[in-house]
Amino acid sequence: MKGWRSARAILIWAALALAIGVPIAAAAASEQLAWRGPVYILAGFAGIIALGLVLVQPLLIGGYLPGLSAYRGRRAHHWIGGALAVAVVIHVAGLWFTSPPDMIDALTYASPTPFSPFGVTAMWAIFIVALLAALRRRLGLRLRTWRIVHIPLAIVIVAGSVVHCLLIEGTMETISKAALCALVLAVTVKVMIDLQVWRKRRTARGENVARQ
Amino acid sequence: MTRVVLNRRSLLAAGGSVLATGVLTSGVSGLLLPARAAGLAPTETMSGGANNYRKGAAIVERIGKGGFWMSGTVRRAGDGAPLAGQRIQIWAHTVEGQEHEPQSHGATLTDKDGKFRLEMPQIIPIFGQPHGHLAYDSGEFKTVFLRPVMRSAKETSLEAHFVLQPV
Repeated sequence: MKGWRSARAILIWAALALAIGVPIAAAAASEQLAWRGPVYILAGFAGIIALGLVLVQPLLIGGYLPGLSAYRGRRAHHWIGGALAVAVVIHVAGLWFTSPPDMIDALTYASPTPFSPFGVTAMWAIFIVALLAALRRRLGLRLRTWRIVHIPLAIVIVAGSVVHCLLIEGTMETISKAALCALVLAVTVKVMIDLQVWRKRRTARGENVARQ
Repeated sequence: MTRVVLNRRSLLAAGGSVLATGVLTSGVSGLLLPARAAGLAPTETMSGGANNYRKGAAIVERIGKGGFWMSGTVRRAGDGAPLAGQRIQIWAHTVEGQEHEPQSHGATLTDKDGKFRLEMPQIIPIFGQPHGHLAYDSGEFKTVFLRPVMRSAKETSLEAHFVLQPV
């Protein structure tokens, strides 16, 4: 029984490492990198890593990663949320440096590229969540209010990031990119179902909230 | 038999809605103008078309080492007459440089049939799309910036067409 549990834990962590590591490795092997400057390359990889972090977030909050207590999972969710905001800042700043007019078009929703508005919308949702999470105590937001704000924004972040990423023709390899995006969607849907986020009730996981 | 009727009905409905949306969205310019004589509408500047433009790119035989063909036509709005000797500026992110860099820019002139064709280095995807930039801004006609997108990054040519309006 214990052997199976540790084997399962190893498998889950290995799967997560592959889900994020394979797309990054595939992008690192892209021939497109030869024609790009270092800042543009950094910006691209910051975006890929951000998508990987978007996968980790629902896994943490759903308690799907073995070896992490609910408390530690939530703490990690908090810190990775911050890292996600930083990754997005690096992504946008690097692209701005590479081609200012293209980035201004994207940020003002005037870009000819269909994926830009999805990415920019997800970016604002990430910034709003990060800001509110940092200020939650100071603002005195109760858990229920917080969830009402965070869950719709989380859906915007996931949907926006996935569409943004899928429509881009860049360094990411198509199949590993699609697989990562599918995983992000699947885990998000699973955590929404498991936590029954649409129900107005105190919580399904009373013990977690009690410790907040 | 019911099936056939249903199919026909849905076909008619679909066809009707396509026609309706076609008329509504493309409106006067898209559907009705071509039927009129002397009605060739001028090309609109594309969004993002002027990004990383550098004024006054020199007329060149070829941009860099070449290997990729940018071509198109320049015509006059209204009667569609080909415009000869018009200067078209071309730039893109290629295997030899980024969009804003001087070596990525060049210009060419249209021939007597209003056609232009300039060899340049292979365009590669930048900002998520493999695309090129073209400009007409010589002053005789209204300035137009185009930003055509390649169907695939593997393509080795791209076209863009100008219909210019006198200032």
